[in-house]
Amino acid sequence: MLAFKLAIRNLLGAGLRTWLNVGVLSFAFVVIIFYNGLIDGWNRQGIKDTMEWEIGSGQFWTPGFDRYDPYTYTDAHQSVSDEVKQLIHQQKATPVLITRGTIYPQGRMQSVILRGVDPHQTILKLPTSAFDNPNDVTPAIIGKRMAQSARLQKGDKVLLRWRDKNGTFDAREITISAIFNCDVPPADNGLIYLPLATLQAMTGMENQASILIMSKDNQIEALQGWEYKSKDFLLKDFKELIKAKKGGGVVLQGLLLLIALLAIFDTQVLSIFRRQKEIGTYIALGMTRWQVVGIFTVEGAMHSILASLLGAAYGIPLFWFLNQKGITFGSPDVGITIAETIYPYYSLGLIVTTMLLVIISATIVSYIPARKISRMNPTEALRGKVQ
Amino acid sequence: MKHIIIIVFSIFLFATQGNAQDAKTILQRLDENLSSTNRVVKSEMTIHGKRRSRTITSKSYTVGTEKSFTIYLSPARDAGTKMLKLNNQLWIYSPSTDRIIQISGHLLHQSVMGSDLSYEDMMDDRKLTEVYDATLEGSDTLQGRDVYIIKLTARVDDIAYHAQKLWVDTQRYVPLKEELYAKSGQLLKRVTLSDIQKIEGRWFPMKMNYKDMLKQGDGTDFTITDIKFNQNIPAYQFTKAALKE
Repeated sequence: MLAFKLAIRNLLGAGLRTWLNVGVLSFAFVVIIFYNGLIDGWNRQGIKDTMEWEIGSGQFWTPGFDRYDPYTYTDAHQSVSDEVKQLIHQQKATPVLITRGTIYPQGRMQSVILRGVDPHQTILKLPTSAFDNPNDVTPAIIGKRMAQSARLQKGDKVLLRWRDKNGTFDAREITISAIFNCDVPPADNGLIYLPLATLQAMTGMENQASILIMSKDNQIEALQGWEYKSKDFLLKDFKELIKAKKGGGVVLQGLLLLIALLAIFDTQVLSIFRRQKEIGTYIALGMTRWQVVGIFTVEGAMHSILASLLGAAYGIPLFWFLNQKGITFGSPDVGITIAETIYPYYSLGLIVTTMLLVIISATIVSYIPARKISRMNPTEALRGKVQ
Repeated sequence: MKHIIIIVFSIFLFATQGNAQDAKTILQRLDENLSSTNRVVKSEMTIHGKRRSRTITSKSYTVGTEKSFTIYLSPARDAGTKMLKLNNQLWIYSPSTDRIIQISGHLLHQSVMGSDLSYEDMMDDRKLTEVYDATLEGSDTLQGRDVYIIKLTARVDDIAYHAQKLWVDTQRYVPLKEELYAKSGQLLKRVTLSDIQKIEGRWFPMKMNYKDMLKQGDGTDFTITDIKFNQNIPAYQFTKAALKE
């Protein structure tokens, strides 16, 4: 307790020097929480959006289907059994037929992936109700990225060429019934959504599906003739991206923390150098050397406590504001799942972990120079002789 | 790229004479005119791009419709690339990687060297009479020549083009134009043949333009610069070992 009292008195007595150290450390503290909160917010929104727009809560794939190999699409499809039809009827699953095609917007040739989806599905947020427009013979919906790359607008007609199940070419005009806006490029880039029954008829693959997308409350992990792909498997790439981003941020955060800790270290070295008479007095009054080391270590570590308080003073309002308003990055089309506005997420775990990181590292850098006290000669320390 | 032309030509089968003829007979005469035991062809393939065109020269050795070996001679980037076709199998050798790759499955749908032709177009060597029902639709004049118009409708499922239309020279039994259609009736590709020359007693088109009708551009031109029929081609030419030489 004595150590704390002395530490507080000495720190406050040091005035500007203390507050400079505390200010820098609190900045590092706030930046670490802000950056990680931003990444966590991106992660949470990305997972939510990906599930809502693309993967559901898991999928069943036809054996041989590989989402990264379009060459597998043409053969990887199978009949929908009665068991699966029951799940579809209960809105627990929605079938998707996937194949390849080519569109010719303004005479340009552009390869596309065709996805047949049930117009009445509710598992994905795709605006499949737009398929119901009676004026459109072959209605199609596309995402804004696809619309931009193909220079298509709602109501436009474009010629689509595809091959049926036997490899025979067929072609017809499709009408863009709706253009949706989503933050999940894999559910948008290069994709054209058609009514399931239409695509089945176009390709001669009646009652066939390539994959089944499962609803939120799905508990089923096995279906005869299908390969289950869990949510974790389907989100693996996105999670690895987030992990890489966090890893990249560690370098920046580490540098910032290092600067702050270096300032504490320097302050400690200077204190021990300038306060030798004080150290000698403590020992002359009966304190052991290690008790004096403790006083100086606590004094250094108290920087981190004050930094936490200062950081909280301006960090909490800042974080609350950002959490309410979000951080808008415009429309970054960089091929990865990222919302236009990210709402940082500050978990208790993040805050506690960051506080512990700052306090422990500040304590360590305070202790290292303080060890010198244990080797001091008290008589010479009392005389203020440089040791 | 020679053998592309050869294969496309070989697709048309025909023989006979007479004026009022049915479609099948015309096809047979066409086949007789264009087919040979083997041939060695030097050709140029010009691919017209949006901004510029590029020309690829090649030499092909072809036996019937089953065997074909092509070596690309220029430009420098493609020189040394070789293709071997044996029945329904296709291998490509690239000198830059020194590897032989088999083109199969859906890779056959890809474009050949960026042209308007797919590997599949080159590979389908079934006779038209085997896969299509032919009907004589009438006659017309094309390139200043009288032509028969023949419509072909697929009678098998596993075929790329559901229907075709041919314009066949009534005197020389050479196709002057071919149109390839989708199941819906949409015109997909058009082949125009010209510069018909009499070579070793048979009429043969020396120029061909292959055009994807759905996209802009001038398509792909083939020009035969030299052709020899019934040559003595060693069997070794049609082996995978020949690809790496």
